[in-house]
Amino acid sequence: MTEKILGRASNQEVSPGDIIDATVDLAMSHENTAAISKKFKKIGVPAVWNPEKIVIPIDHCVPAASEEYAKNHKLIREFVEEQKITNFYDIKAGVCHQVLPEKGHIRPGMLIVGSDSHTPTYGAFGAFSAGIGRTEMAAVYATGSIWLRVPESFKIIVEGELPEKVSAKDAILTIIGELRADGCNYKAVEFCGSTVENMSIGERMVLCNMSAEMGVKAGMVAFDDTTRAYLDQRTEGEYTILNSDEECTYEKTFLFGVSDLEPQLSCPHTVDNVRPVHEKEGTQIDQAVLGTCTNGRVEDLREASQILKGKKVADTVRLLVIPASTEVYKEALQEGIIYDLVEAGAVICNPNCGPCLGAHQGSLAPGEVCISSSNRNFRGRMGCKEAGIYLASPATVAASAVTGEITDPRGV
Amino acid sequence: MKGRVFKYGDDVNTDVIFPGKYTYTISDPKEMAEHALEDLDPDFVKNVKEGDMVVAGKYFGCGSSREQSVTCLKEAGISVVIAQSFARIYYRNCINSGLPPLILEDTSEIKDGDVLEVDVEAGKITNVTSEKTYMVSPLPPFVMEIINDGGLIPHLKKVISHGR
Repeated sequence: MTEKILGRASNQEVSPGDIIDATVDLAMSHENTAAISKKFKKIGVPAVWNPEKIVIPIDHCVPAASEEYAKNHKLIREFVEEQKITNFYDIKAGVCHQVLPEKGHIRPGMLIVGSDSHTPTYGAFGAFSAGIGRTEMAAVYATGSIWLRVPESFKIIVEGELPEKVSAKDAILTIIGELRADGCNYKAVEFCGSTVENMSIGERMVLCNMSAEMGVKAGMVAFDDTTRAYLDQRTEGEYTILNSDEECTYEKTFLFGVSDLEPQLSCPHTVDNVRPVHEKEGTQIDQAVLGTCTNGRVEDLREASQILKGKKVADTVRLLVIPASTEVYKEALQEGIIYDLVEAGAVICNPNCGPCLGAHQGSLAPGEVCISSSNRNFRGRMGCKEAGIYLASPATVAASAVTGEITDPRGV
Repeated sequence: MKGRVFKYGDDVNTDVIFPGKYTYTISDPKEMAEHALEDLDPDFVKNVKEGDMVVAGKYFGCGSSREQSVTCLKEAGISVVIAQSFARIYYRNCINSGLPPLILEDTSEIKDGDVLEVDVEAGKITNVTSEKTYMVSPLPPFVMEIINDGGLIPHLKKVISHGR
């Protein structure tokens, strides 16, 4: 898949290790567009290479939490207007990695770059999608191209049926725990096998999103009928399917069985510090976060509400629910999910990245413990270096919010 | 280049190099430098001098794509980062910011406070303190060109103006 997509993007046959100059199909930058626009201006070209191939959502800290943030947002709006970028999503849309697929910007076979480390999320649609830095994005905005080293490919086969209340998040946490944080550094990873084939687009996005936490350049799932069904509702744009051939080779292949999998946790302070939930049961929590680009889709909120409906969030816990996008929010409202969550004691925040990176809302205090459906738990991530963060599935987050301590959702 | 070593371990992530809470509130590189490595080594900023070097174990710079985690080290005076391996985006951010990243298979012999002499183009690291020399793969010529130009933006500016 990788070689096909990067070959197409650079107009040549490519092999792992080749350094290529590739043409970008889509470039995404979020709130760091403010910084990127300053760097862009230093390059000395008057206009971006193609305003239609750039997508800019404002999502990290919205509405602006301070004058500094407000100034940043203003700078982004000015840049968007000046460069005539039509694919601009102001604060009401939601988190980039949810909004771009929803709005039909992501299609199979594309080469996508984003100035965000969780850009591999879009690989769930059969695209090659990698995170880059700000300077590099400024250069892409100017030229539409980027030098890339063609990565070696790993194949991760996931087989079996996920047990009840065990989700794609538990599967990927297990994989990260096994392969470790740098286990796929600079590699392209393809997820396949019966479990992945049976997964919804949202579940596939969880795998690809979290694959960033084992160092991938791109995480991918092949295009199939599930992808087609999603795309049919979202875009009329044409696309080329560039799935791997049967006979293609991989540098490494890993096999994971999930039929007996139990709920998993990333423990403080690294994502690859993975343990089964039952080993940590009883750990007191102060905050529970349900949302983010990893697990803030309607299916995630639905799963949590099924656990929380008719129950109450423990008095000692603050449960923050952050739908990943306005579309998710509306669906959750229509289904009554939001009502059930509020009734149970959740605080609903507007769609944004929120507490995930410690930039906005829900900061932790020293000594506090949070369980979150997000993707990263490094020291200080949620604004306080003396706090601890556990990463888990929406079901585990919801079950833990009810009891006030880390709880296996299968028992609730 | 010659400088004193600040030595760190494995898996140093971007959140401890430059905390997320500052990512959108600080835009001045000098101010970024004041928070460099804040959550890992609070004394770094007090002790670092122009030309000093960061040496670490494996997977340096893992986590976020935030480029401030490179900028803050460069602005603090760091002249080169040597690690057993780098996280992908961090490695590219180093190149694009004009801070050379060198991969040395085993950094365990280099200690905090050692003085190194580094020839980036030749891929030669001399530990003046322990009198040991290490050879590493030099960076490819086009990468060296970006670094020598001071990063991707000045490099691109040069390329574009020459092209006209």
